[in-house]
Amino acid sequence: MDTPLIELVGVKKSFGPVDVLKGIDFKAYAGKVTALVGDNGAGKSTLIKGLSGVQPFDQGTVRFDGHDVHIVNPKQASNLGIEVVYQDLALCENLDIVQNMFLGREEVAMGTLDEAAMEFAATKALQSLSVRTVKSVRQKVSSLSGGQRQTVAIGRTVLRNAKLVILDEPTAALGVAQTEQVLNLVRRLADNGIGVIIISHNLADVFHVADFISVLYLGGMVASLATADTNYNDVVGYITGTKSLEGAAS
Amino acid sequence: MSNTSLATGHEGTLRDQVTAYFQRIRSGEMGALPAVSALILLAILFSALSPFFLTKLNFANLFVQSAELAVLACALVFVLLLGEIDLAAGVTAGVGMALFVVLNQKMGIDPLLSVIAALAFGSLTGWIIGFFVAKIRVPSFVVTLGFFLGFQGLQLIMLGDGGIYRVDIPAIQAIMNSNMPEWAGWGMLAIMVVGSFFIALWDRSRRTRTGLATRPISMLFIRLAFMAVLGGIAVAILNENRSVSVRAIAGVPIVIPIVVVIVFVGTFVLDRTLFGRYLYAVGGNPEAGRRAGIDVAKIRIAAFMICSTLAVVSGLLHASRIGSVESTAGRTIVLNGVAAAVVGGVSLFGGRGRMMNAIVGALVISIIDNGLGLIGLPAGINFLVTGGVLVGAATIDALSRKRSGGSILRT
Repeated sequence: MDTPLIELVGVKKSFGPVDVLKGIDFKAYAGKVTALVGDNGAGKSTLIKGLSGVQPFDQGTVRFDGHDVHIVNPKQASNLGIEVVYQDLALCENLDIVQNMFLGREEVAMGTLDEAAMEFAATKALQSLSVRTVKSVRQKVSSLSGGQRQTVAIGRTVLRNAKLVILDEPTAALGVAQTEQVLNLVRRLADNGIGVIIISHNLADVFHVADFISVLYLGGMVASLATADTNYNDVVGYITGTKSLEGAAS
Repeated sequence: MSNTSLATGHEGTLRDQVTAYFQRIRSGEMGALPAVSALILLAILFSALSPFFLTKLNFANLFVQSAELAVLACALVFVLLLGEIDLAAGVTAGVGMALFVVLNQKMGIDPLLSVIAALAFGSLTGWIIGFFVAKIRVPSFVVTLGFFLGFQGLQLIMLGDGGIYRVDIPAIQAIMNSNMPEWAGWGMLAIMVVGSFFIALWDRSRRTRTGLATRPISMLFIRLAFMAVLGGIAVAILNENRSVSVRAIAGVPIVIPIVVVIVFVGTFVLDRTLFGRYLYAVGGNPEAGRRAGIDVAKIRIAAFMICSTLAVVSGLLHASRIGSVESTAGRTIVLNGVAAAVVGGVSLFGGRGRMMNAIVGALVISIIDNGLGLIGLPAGINFLVTGGVLVGAATIDALSRKRSGGSILRT
């Protein structure tokens, strides 16, 4: 709990003349859910793309597990144990759950796919998240609901032994019951010792699941708070820029 | 491990498995079922309408006639799975055979080497088409339409206007016109059944060792018995004398084991190798494949190479059957090939389809051709019926897609 799993110090990123991230400090801990909130254009996506290596940061220090790292491509991020679940999930509807979870990292034995080993590992990964909502791990993804698909995408990060999972708007397109399912899943992911960063516009979800809330406003980190120490109105204030800095001590 | 359990689809008794099967069909995963039903219906219809349809000779003819279409349809499966198309597959086969004739007859090169050169030409063509589609991102419809037109010209240049060359190499003629000895037909069936048995057993042992549920073993035996009985009837009929003249004709046509090997190897590649898995993945969602680290362009190029190479094999079967190579070969068969694959249950949208679908589809198209010919209906009717069946099959595909995709809305 003392050493953050990931720590950003003075991170900057600009596109031409536009400074999108103006020297950001950010921390996320193993076993905790850290919500990243902010209005459109605040720099959330840029921050995520930097962490995942898609668009490396220009300046600043990134520490992973206490060590300085330079993440310059997605493969490197993946090797460190950083996995991103994008909003579109990137699943193949024509393949089943196991096939999707192992896509690109198939187990091969004697030149052929080892379906038994993959099925076993996928089942174990889903069980570690106490997934009860899918009927069979050999179901085609095309037959799954939005929440179930999210489950598969999150399960895939567990399978890859992720240490830090970044979820981009995981509940954006979901109904009430499915949102609840996915948030429970996010909680269990953290309970398994994984660091979770969740991006969301839905503050109800954020207060429901997050341990810490970090607020971005126009490329600057205006507040990093423990959820227990703050309230809905304050966070809305930070997001819209009507309130600033006083709570950002942590 | 926690106390929750997740099913894998392998649990339960025989009855549970059968229930699950019907559930899959209802949810839109019909596979080859519509095509198999069509095949049975057409067979019943034609046997009632023509006294010649159910003869032993026609039974053998049907297999031989459908072989080149079946191989072409198998070739097309690889590109159709990507949601792409190869309109040039037929003329690629045509140019391949023209190359064979030029090398073998004009330049006196060994027939085997000439065949290998023709196959290599197929691979090269596939590579070039694949390069345009995968790297430059020209739609495959346009690229292969260009090749379709260009290769017709190449055929004319290589063989001359209206050029026809006889192919009288015994080994090549034998493929479509000769039969295996009786024992070889039974041997082939035995290898198929025993081979399937051991592969299934190996899969089961892998599952049991990992501690996973396996399907009831009775299911395996039912499947094998089904295969043995159907195959046994076919081999028994083919092994009887089907000649209408004095000279006896009997035995399984040599082309059948060739098609069986293509289907077996193709199915193995699609179901059990990384390449096959990636082919389905790229066909289903290229972006997901790319993010998972799949070299999408490489998979696409490889698929076009396999398609064009197998197309040349189909051209070889054609040359063997009619005993010649002509400068107009392959112009029309490619559309029948696409039709066969789609009728059999391969999706034009990509990501769905198997080798067996192509075979069943090719049989449906061939049986229409064969049956209507025997009834003595004019050729025009043949095209109308084939067209109708194709539209019907594509409709079933579109509807079942809607159905299996529509469940997103369900919780």
